[in-house]
Amino acid sequence: MSLWSRISNVFRTERLHRDIDEELQSHIAEALREGRDPEEARRAFGSVLSHRESSRDVRLLPWLDSLCADAVFGWRQLLKRKVTSAAAILSLALAIGSCSAAFRLMDALLWRPLPVAAPERLYAISRELAGREGKDSTSDRCAYPMFRQMRRAVKDQADLIAVSTSGRIDITYGSDEETEKAYQQYVSGWIFQSFGIRAAVGRLLTENDDLTPRAHPYAVLSFEYWTRRFGADPAVVGRTFRAGNEFYQIVGVAEGPFTGTEPGIVTDIFVPTMMMKNNAIVRSDYEWFRTFVHLKPGVPLALVQEKLRPPFRAFLEERAAASAGVPEQEKNAYLNQALVLNSAAAGVSGLQQGYGKALLVLGVLVLLVLLISCANVANLMTAQAMARHREMALRVAIGAGRGRLVQLVVMECLWLALFAAVFGACFASWAAPVVAGMISTPDNPVRLILPADWRVVGFGAALALTCTLLFGLYPAFRASAVKPAFALRGGSAQLRPRMMQMLIASQVAFCVLVLFGAGLFLVTSERLTHQQTGFSQERLLTVETVTSQPQPYMVWNQVAAQLRTVPGVEAVALCEWPLMTGGVWDGLISVNKAPPSPVASYFLRVDPGWRKLMHIPLLAGRDFREDDFLSGAAVVNQAFARQYFGGRDPVGNSFDVVAVEGLRVPYRIVGLIGNTRYRDMREAMQPAAYFPFSGNYGRASFILRTSSQNPMTMATALRLAVQRARAGFRVSNLRTQTALVEQHLVRERLLSLLALFFGLVALVLAGVGLYGVLDYSVIQRRRELGIRIAIGAHSVDIAQCVIQDVFRAVAGGALLGLALGIISARFVEALLFEVKPTDLGALAPPAIIISAVALFAALPAIIRAVRIDPMAMLRSD
Amino acid sequence: MAKPDSLQGSLDLLVLKILSRRPHLHGYAIMSAIREFSGEVLRADEGSLYPALHRMEENQWIRAEWTTKETGHRARIYEVTAAGEKQLALEESRWHTVISAVNRVLRTV
Repeated sequence: MSLWSRISNVFRTERLHRDIDEELQSHIAEALREGRDPEEARRAFGSVLSHRESSRDVRLLPWLDSLCADAVFGWRQLLKRKVTSAAAILSLALAIGSCSAAFRLMDALLWRPLPVAAPERLYAISRELAGREGKDSTSDRCAYPMFRQMRRAVKDQADLIAVSTSGRIDITYGSDEETEKAYQQYVSGWIFQSFGIRAAVGRLLTENDDLTPRAHPYAVLSFEYWTRRFGADPAVVGRTFRAGNEFYQIVGVAEGPFTGTEPGIVTDIFVPTMMMKNNAIVRSDYEWFRTFVHLKPGVPLALVQEKLRPPFRAFLEERAAASAGVPEQEKNAYLNQALVLNSAAAGVSGLQQGYGKALLVLGVLVLLVLLISCANVANLMTAQAMARHREMALRVAIGAGRGRLVQLVVMECLWLALFAAVFGACFASWAAPVVAGMISTPDNPVRLILPADWRVVGFGAALALTCTLLFGLYPAFRASAVKPAFALRGGSAQLRPRMMQMLIASQVAFCVLVLFGAGLFLVTSERLTHQQTGFSQERLLTVETVTSQPQPYMVWNQVAAQLRTVPGVEAVALCEWPLMTGGVWDGLISVNKAPPSPVASYFLRVDPGWRKLMHIPLLAGRDFREDDFLSGAAVVNQAFARQYFGGRDPVGNSFDVVAVEGLRVPYRIVGLIGNTRYRDMREAMQPAAYFPFSGNYGRASFILRTSSQNPMTMATALRLAVQRARAGFRVSNLRTQTALVEQHLVRERLLSLLALFFGLVALVLAGVGLYGVLDYSVIQRRRELGIRIAIGAHSVDIAQCVIQDVFRAVAGGALLGLALGIISARFVEALLFEVKPTDLGALAPPAIIISAVALFAALPAIIRAVRIDPMAMLRSD
Repeated sequence: MAKPDSLQGSLDLLVLKILSRRPHLHGYAIMSAIREFSGEVLRADEGSLYPALHRMEENQWIRAEWTTKETGHRARIYEVTAAGEKQLALEESRWHTVISAVNRVLRTV
């Protein structure tokens, strides 16, 4: 209460003064009434002013009072120099905002603990396999039989929870015409109990729901989906929906913000793992889910790890024994894989793996921009504080302590930081969702949860405060070190040139580093974009279609025929899935009954028209024919011929596809075609074999070559045409082939775009900083330069004189920046593609650009220096 | 900043004691009371009295209010609070401890 009254007194000093004065006056009046001599009484009482001061000081917080006074003074100073203040605030706001945005993204994706009980006790199992060519590979996928054995082994120490990746599936609540997309995840029935999540309505899944395969088609909705899709209607419990051929009954809604364990994906529907199709529960070769380990309280991680090892090893040995025909080397590598438990407090997702590093790089870039911006403002503030050295000297002369002067300058900086933080927060709240939106692909919308909670606000506040100290303390100490006698006599304070040069050098170094990184990412993006795909994606539309019952080729072909009649469609072909969707089927190849080659090949089923439609060249042999159906014919690509046939023409040869259990399926090669990209833009052209589209399939893709430059305009017509062609056929995805290819470039494009943006910002900031410093130094050296001109120095000499020191700093900074760039490039190598950080092409541009900007920034100062009129200058002195 | 008062740190004690016996005194009356009861020996420095009063008020040992006296003048009068009574007891016992300690030294050396 007392402290509070002292704080509040700071803000009503007027009344406080009145009160104190009145009391002191009444004291003197009392003395007079007692008959004391007025002169004597006043003298005895002493200085009213000093009593007032000391009384005042006990009734309010003196430091707060002086702080308020300095804040008001600092505010007036800012208003006095509107343009420079605005520039400083703007550059800081941009930097702080970018940092906050990067923090929000990184926090949401990498650091924020899952909203579950004791996330710090949550771990994820992954397996590390010493791979070929010394490259280790990790996998965090498990097979169910192994999961069962391991779960039994640690039953008393930890809960083992199986969680499949969240899949975007088609579901219907009513008729088939009203299909919608939802994210569904297969989870162990006991997940909610283990995570301490309760039901908002209905009940959650239990262990009993997850013991018998396909026995309990129950689903639990996430709270978020329930409110978004159903408006939090409690009547949703008991409703059913259809996913594929399965009908699920909704039994309840999970309370709270839990939306699965994959940051970046918001799971809508949870179903028991036992509902997974394809005998996934019994197959030991089908690795389809992540395993989470939730330790019971007080159980050490090492103990659980120790207990998990024996069943893990037993499972590996059992599988290795069962697989005949796998090369010994492969088998040993398989047996030697290690079981690792990684903390999963923040969840585990593909997005983390794909973008974690990119985001960190981005974070470093924005941090560098922030440092540049701070160095800039520090220069600005130092120059301004120097310009006020007479005022400072006066303050010292009338008794202001050093601390008080520091406080005065820091308060001014605090205003800058405060405004910058507010504008920065606005910028961050806009930028973070925009960037999150940029990493979304139509196929895979990213939904990061980006709340503005205490973590974000705290980070922003800490950032603003750190900045203030970074750019405010130096000028403050410089200003406070003023020598009053010297300054008041008319001496002018000099900035220490070395300090300023160091600030310039570091600014340039950071700027070069940012530019260097931006250059690497730009080249990477450029190279990846111009990778050959091996097929023509021009005007190509992919129509992924599903049916409720598997349909034979003839029926699929009838639908294709129907699609050919749609205006604007030039040609239609059928395949299992379009290239570059991420759909993969691969396996080991054996030629002439030899042991399988260690390199796997991609497989895809296509119809006879597919190759021609995709514009893939036929190099030898022939295309598929309609009668190739059951003959075991195959068409292979060049990489396949090189890998398994030593580059010889393979047409007429045979090979076997080896399944993991040692089962072999023979194929005869009828044709050789050009290489195409199957899955990724980064990998080299991989061996691929194509088989005839035959048998009964529940889903397939129509590939359409259209006459329209913008094929998506035909989307509605095509959807209708598919539905009309055959009852029960539905379009699940309709995308251009270009979009499918471009989704692989999203990360690189994003990185290069943002790096370019921050490179430009850094460049502008460094330019402005250089300009300010040079301009200031010319003003300071006016006298010296004037004398030089008067005694006959040429313009060139003057210009050299002005920029010499600064350019030495620029050159030093640039070299330092490049060196830092080369060192740090090693950490981002995984994000680069076909570009070496030590290439001249990567090193030269940042150096050239920064030199050009430095020269440009120096021009006004040089002109000003050359134009100094020695006569006028000397007369004014 | 504050001058050391002439009563060597015992000003608080005297003010609290006087106010606890005779509440509702203003600053000048407190000063007069100190002089009077000490047989004109102790003189509170007028300069340190008010800061001390204000400090004690902030510490909530005493409480103040403005009153209008019969002469028509406004005056700020003080009285001891419960916390002040406790503080008084504390300071009194401390004072006695110090006095007896000093006496012991004077007697024995």
